[in-house]
Amino acid sequence: MQKNVEQNIVLQTKDLQTGYRKKDRETVISSGIDVSVQERELVAVIGVNGVGKSTFLRTLSGIQPELGGKVLINGHDRKEISSEKLAALISLVLTEQPISKNLGVAELVALGRQPYTNWIGNLSAEDRGQVKKALQLVNIGDIQHKKCYELSDGQLQKVLIARALAQDTPIMILDEPTSHLDMYHKAQVLKLLKQLTDQTGKAILFATHEINLALELCDKIILMKPDGVIQGSPEELIQKRAFESIFPEDLIFFDPATRSFRIKS
Amino acid sequence: MLLLIATIVTWFLNVSLGSVSIPFDEILGMIFSDGNSKESWRYIIMDYRIPKAFTSVLAGSGLAVSGMLMQTMFRNPLAGPYVLGLSSGASLGVALVLMGASLFGGIAATAVFSSWGLVIASSVGSLLVLLAVMLASIRLKDTMAILIIGLMFASLSSAVVSVLAYFSPAAQLQQYVFWSYGSVGDLSWNELGVLAFFWFLGTGIAIYSIKNLNSLLLGEQYARSLGMNIGKNRALLIISTSFLAGSITAFAGPIAFVGLAVPHLIRQVIPVNDHKILLPAVILGGAILMLLCDILAQLPGTDLTLPINAITSLVGAPVVIWLLVRKRKFLF
Repeated sequence: MQKNVEQNIVLQTKDLQTGYRKKDRETVISSGIDVSVQERELVAVIGVNGVGKSTFLRTLSGIQPELGGKVLINGHDRKEISSEKLAALISLVLTEQPISKNLGVAELVALGRQPYTNWIGNLSAEDRGQVKKALQLVNIGDIQHKKCYELSDGQLQKVLIARALAQDTPIMILDEPTSHLDMYHKAQVLKLLKQLTDQTGKAILFATHEINLALELCDKIILMKPDGVIQGSPEELIQKRAFESIFPEDLIFFDPATRSFRIKS
Repeated sequence: MLLLIATIVTWFLNVSLGSVSIPFDEILGMIFSDGNSKESWRYIIMDYRIPKAFTSVLAGSGLAVSGMLMQTMFRNPLAGPYVLGLSSGASLGVALVLMGASLFGGIAATAVFSSWGLVIASSVGSLLVLLAVMLASIRLKDTMAILIIGLMFASLSSAVVSVLAYFSPAAQLQQYVFWSYGSVGDLSWNELGVLAFFWFLGTGIAIYSIKNLNSLLLGEQYARSLGMNIGKNRALLIISTSFLAGSITAFAGPIAFVGLAVPHLIRQVIPVNDHKILLPAVILGGAILMLLCDILAQLPGTDLTLPINAITSLVGAPVVIWLLVRKRKFLF
């Protein structure tokens, strides 16, 4: 039984150190990160602004090199996986990228198939099938003929998620997929991610500031604090009183009864 | 496709129109058989107008391709070889060859005056400017800043050119000034061969990069996550762009706006983003625009010939203004 659980781990870090290296000066942002993510898990990465959530996710996905430690994907060191193979393992949804807004929705989603197409990028029948499936899973079939500049922020976010789905990877990483969205669409996007883990078996990891929603929906939470990174299920972390110290205590407090942050009166 | 037919039609139009009017059937006769026409006509067509038409095709299409590559690479709809200072960099290279040779003594002056030397100097000039703009663009993510940097490099290199010009003998200065007006005539079949060589090299790299260019439409981080090797791809695109812009500028002079305007005009006609379709369309579109501009420059029926650079600016600048005003957002 124990062995079986370990086999399901798709993403793992060992004493990972993240940060920037400029010439010979290193700026360490977080260190000693030991977390693991299994398939079918929805994992939220939570922490205050500037604590290093994005850097952590970028290091996981290989956009940024790690300063120390290891990222293991399916048990293999990420550094030894070629970028072509990595593209079939991890898909990304990033915010504020200079995406050409002239692209059509279906066209953008189809770009998720790039790791599988031939040298000039022709879509095979299978590629088209995957694109169609991705559009259906995210339920945006009705806007597939629109151009990206015609979409609302919420629709665009779903299109980007569909693109990542079309990439057909066991791991999906999203950096703040709910920023710029209203309360309803935030809940809608996170609910969608939850459904996707159930329907596709993917491990989905996302950074968010929506602690209340994450506590309700996620299987696991990675909590990043300046003094270290801990992970656990929402219940475990609430029991450990882990949320009580993430923000300065003068304005808001964590109420374990309602599992949410409230304003001090 | 329609564009291909239009290109062939404009090509023949270009060959048949000029200061000396030659009947169209005579031209066809000369091209497709050994028709016994007047020797002077034969000379005009075979050694002047046909090389000129081919030069127009290569110059227009090459500049348009390099404009498209730069717009995708810099994620900037206003990028183009002229706007970002590549043409100025190439001009500096040419100026150094044409005028610098006398200043710095005849260091291999004979070698550099060959067409290969001119192309290499001009390609290196545009390569250096492109590299500088690229470095700036990595540091500053702001699209406006990149354009300003391009403008600054343009002024810098034209300042150096002015200094060179000030100290140059009149004959060489004149040679440079005529070059800077731009001209697609005056190319021998040999020079045309050199130009074609660089054109095929640059365009070949662009064709090879089609898939990666499409990935780049999502931005570099997404492109990387799709398995693209950013560094290698960037190097290829830089080489391709500077070969195209450099070699064309060396032979035809700094030609404005073709690189910037053609990709946008093509997107107006056929709304595509896929570089698989965009690239050939841009090649043909650039060829058509350049052939038409050259016809205008020749002022058919008169003895006058206008500088081609003036014509492309007269045609191109209003197009860019029109696009900016008409479209809510200037997309690429």
